[in-house]
Amino acid sequence: MRAPGLELWRSGKIVAHLPHRSELCATFLSCLSQSICSLQICVFTNLSNLCHHLSLSPVFAFACLDVPAAEQPELFLKKLQQCCTVFDFMDTLSDLKMKEYKRSTLNELVDYVTVSRGYLTEQAYPEVVKMVSHNIFRTLPPSDSNEFDPEEDEPTLEASWPHLQLVYEFFIRFLESQEFQPSIAKKYIDQKFVLQLLELFDSEDPRERDYLKTVLHRIYGKFLGLRAFIRKQINNIFLRFVYETEHFNGVAELLEILGSIINGFALPLKAEHKQFLVKVLIPLHTVRSLSLFHAQLAYCIVQFLEKDPTLTEPVIRGLLKFWPKTCSQKEVMFLGELEEILDVIEPTQFVKIQEPLFKQISRCVSSPHFQVAERALYYWNNEYIMSLIEENSSVILPIMFASLYRISKEHWNPAIVALVYNVLKAFMEMNSTLFDELTATYKSDRQREKKKEKEREELWKKLEDLELKRGLRSDGIIPT
Amino acid sequence: MAGADGDDSLYPIAVLIDELRNEDVQLRLNSIKKLSTIALALGVERTRTELLPFLTDTIYDEDEVLLALAEQLGNFTMLVGGPEYVHCLLPPLESLATVEETVVRDKAVESLRKISQEHSPVDLEVHFEPLVKRLASGDWFTSRTSACGLFSVCYPRVSSTVKAEIRQHFRTLCSDDTPMVRRAAASKLGEFAKVLELEYVKSDIISLFTALASDEQDSVRLLAVEACVSIATLLPQEDLETLVMPTLRQAAEDKSWRVRYMVADKFSELQKAVGPEITKNDLVPAFQNLLKDCEAEVRAAAANKVKEFCENLPEDNREQIIMTHILPCVKELVSDTNQHVKSALASVIMGLSTILGKDNTIEHLLPLFLAQLKDECPEVRLNIISNLDCVNEVIGIRQLSQSLLPAIVELAEDAKWRVRLAIIEYMPLLAGQLGVEFFDEKLNTLCMAWLIDHVYAIREAATCNLMKLVEKFGAEWAQNTIVPKVLGMANDPNYLHRMTTLFCINALSKACGQEITTKQMLPVVLKMSNDQVANVRFNVAKSLQKIGPILDSNALQTEVKPVLEKLASDTDMDVKYFAQEAISGKLSYHWVLKPFNRLSYI
Repeated sequence: MRAPGLELWRSGKIVAHLPHRSELCATFLSCLSQSICSLQICVFTNLSNLCHHLSLSPVFAFACLDVPAAEQPELFLKKLQQCCTVFDFMDTLSDLKMKEYKRSTLNELVDYVTVSRGYLTEQAYPEVVKMVSHNIFRTLPPSDSNEFDPEEDEPTLEASWPHLQLVYEFFIRFLESQEFQPSIAKKYIDQKFVLQLLELFDSEDPRERDYLKTVLHRIYGKFLGLRAFIRKQINNIFLRFVYETEHFNGVAELLEILGSIINGFALPLKAEHKQFLVKVLIPLHTVRSLSLFHAQLAYCIVQFLEKDPTLTEPVIRGLLKFWPKTCSQKEVMFLGELEEILDVIEPTQFVKIQEPLFKQISRCVSSPHFQVAERALYYWNNEYIMSLIEENSSVILPIMFASLYRISKEHWNPAIVALVYNVLKAFMEMNSTLFDELTATYKSDRQREKKKEKEREELWKKLEDLELKRGLRSDGIIPT
Repeated sequence: MAGADGDDSLYPIAVLIDELRNEDVQLRLNSIKKLSTIALALGVERTRTELLPFLTDTIYDEDEVLLALAEQLGNFTMLVGGPEYVHCLLPPLESLATVEETVVRDKAVESLRKISQEHSPVDLEVHFEPLVKRLASGDWFTSRTSACGLFSVCYPRVSSTVKAEIRQHFRTLCSDDTPMVRRAAASKLGEFAKVLELEYVKSDIISLFTALASDEQDSVRLLAVEACVSIATLLPQEDLETLVMPTLRQAAEDKSWRVRYMVADKFSELQKAVGPEITKNDLVPAFQNLLKDCEAEVRAAAANKVKEFCENLPEDNREQIIMTHILPCVKELVSDTNQHVKSALASVIMGLSTILGKDNTIEHLLPLFLAQLKDECPEVRLNIISNLDCVNEVIGIRQLSQSLLPAIVELAEDAKWRVRLAIIEYMPLLAGQLGVEFFDEKLNTLCMAWLIDHVYAIREAATCNLMKLVEKFGAEWAQNTIVPKVLGMANDPNYLHRMTTLFCINALSKACGQEITTKQMLPVVLKMSNDQVANVRFNVAKSLQKIGPILDSNALQTEVKPVLEKLASDTDMDVKYFAQEAISGKLSYHWVLKPFNRLSYI
């Protein structure tokens, strides 16, 4: 069902000169105020009958800025209402003129909120939020490829971007405007609004996620009452991502926002924030697609540690717990992150975790995957880490020695062998007595290990015999 | 179990626990997987007093170890001394039910559900139910999520006061703050409803169902759709309209495609649950809408259900409903823009012919089949062809053969080898339905052409296909039509084709029988033992081993054995190996394993 005005507009009887606003504006300006009054009759009773709004288009072909100041707020509202109309961009041929018209109206709105002063009446707030909601809130479509792999597949770009971008642009300028008053806006930008906004972060279109990031950041900054709620909902998104779906496109963007949020945390850190670190951020490392947001994640982690160094131990233990078993690419990322952490670690904290940490590093150093081994061996090029190792060489050297010694003889990759020689040399210089001792006992230590291994095997063999015997006994084959 | 105590002293718990604590995760995992062995060595009492407390205290470990532990504990009842002590297993499982990792938690819940059955009603109230309550009121979402899965197993066996508490806890979790818990509760709603008394289904479950079905998160709403099936089954017909239908209608028109998809996906179950009257009045229009949904995912899910939905319509006016309401939508779907939708439809559309009968099929469905047989997407064509048997029963396949043939030929030559592979797999079926004459005339050449396809998987499938055809059409047919062609390939300049001859012989010899194998195939195989390509020669050895059992012992002795012996002294290592294999294989088959020899092994 279409309004009659629409047909007229389409046929060009009302406006034949839509784009030429500058030349015509002078003549139209005088009659404009009357027009507005008369057209106000056209109320938007039925939102679904969106075409109604568009019958108004001729009047609004003029820039807000050319209208007398007193009438601007009202015109602003009208334009907002008009822009609530959402077009189907999947159908590339439909409503072309109206799509173009809405685009130019949105452009005017963007200009208007950027330049104007005194436009933000209290009535404008609900209209702005309504217009933004109508345009951006939608159920995201299913992904085109069955298993969308962000590393392999091209993202599906949002078809309605020509409008969507301007709506986001407008909303950001609105939020950033000097006249913007959170105390009024909070009635409309509420929990429900934020929740829907967060769901959009799953959009496949990176351009949209980028805008969303700015929007959410501004909202977090201006609406103190929403902060805890936003953090909690991000928590939920992450937990669902880690433990339920492994699919959410906007993890990197959300982490980026969190990075700046964490930066602003007051000390001492609240229990809630610590829980977030240990129960949400650390488990994010387990996700298959880690590479897509690892940089942002590592940044958040380091931010936390810079705030509160006592968190170092739980963080490193967490990383060790989730250390990748089969994915060398992820292992390299973990090693990178660990180095970032070690760069800021306090020596007192280092002592607490050095043992489990270097047991892992020793495993990495002897990885048959040369990139993993190489990444771990690079730690010895880091001056600060070197100084920490040196201070604690009596603990670290015995942990590392066996692996280093073995790969110096066995590793297939000559570059790794060369690096290992350097590390061994460094150790020798650090603590030559211990080094000589370890060299001397290397063989007997290996033998002891082998013996232990054999004992274990025997133990299990005995246990299995016992089980078998009991099984037979309970079957009545052997008398009890 | 008197002897057990004597053994225990041999295995001090410290040693065993050392094993469970080993630094190497893999070794820890191995030990946990053999936890039952350790428990057995310790005996029931020490398992209860020493091993279980240790496991409960040191629950912090890698998830993989925890998973193995959670699984083990579900089978531990006998190892702690039987049902009267089964509650000893609850503390470690309770901790496991609170960990973050979903697989561990799920496994712990599974084990808890399992051992709940082994609790006596008293133990259930004294030990099990308090655990469920603790989990249900846990701080972190994980324990509350786990609790959702435990209500239904203890509810039927506890007193009415405890029942009331359980219902209250479930209610609380349905409106939990975190969507994770609401999802867990929604996914268990149907299961919980089944164990409740009808009055509480009406008073409690319905309101929870309505609330979850209008949750702000679509991931919760869609789970309520699943519950809808169980709930509708439980309620008497007269209550459905007021208690369930408003919510179901709303779900079918939900703004999120995921919810609508779920409705489409569960449509047959829903249809059965609400009965014929509501189906006629409500579900038919809802189904039409789903078939016309704006999201292809939803249309595809609905298209998948077309046959089942039609089949389950009340018989009195089934035909009328299909013809006036469903068929027009189906017609549109045939030319849908999305290939998944079309191929979903193609996989079920043929089933409509049995429901609509011969005349309607010829008049209304046949044009659709033909259109889909010409579809640009190979999957659509393939789905039609793979379901030909349904139509065959109603109108006979001949009606289709005019269009069928070009479709088959095109698929047979499709650039994607997986498509070619799929069509080959339907050849025996098609051959059976089209008959030998049609086959010889039109399809035989295709089947032979596949033998020289450049993809091995296709050649292999083509070989297997020939075998099935021979099984269908008989040895005589084989001798006349395919054996000469197959044997002819033995002289092909391409060694891959020569090998195909051998593979075909391997596959066909049994179906062709001794005579053809000995007289026609064997000479060719033997001649190929002189091939200059080693791969051909060692495949000769393998073939001889394969066809050996079919040949008579005279041919084996006089013809096969000398050739194998010659190959066994070949210059090529692999040829030697397989020739020796063949010789020893045959020996064991024909000469060594005489009956009395085998007896001595026992």
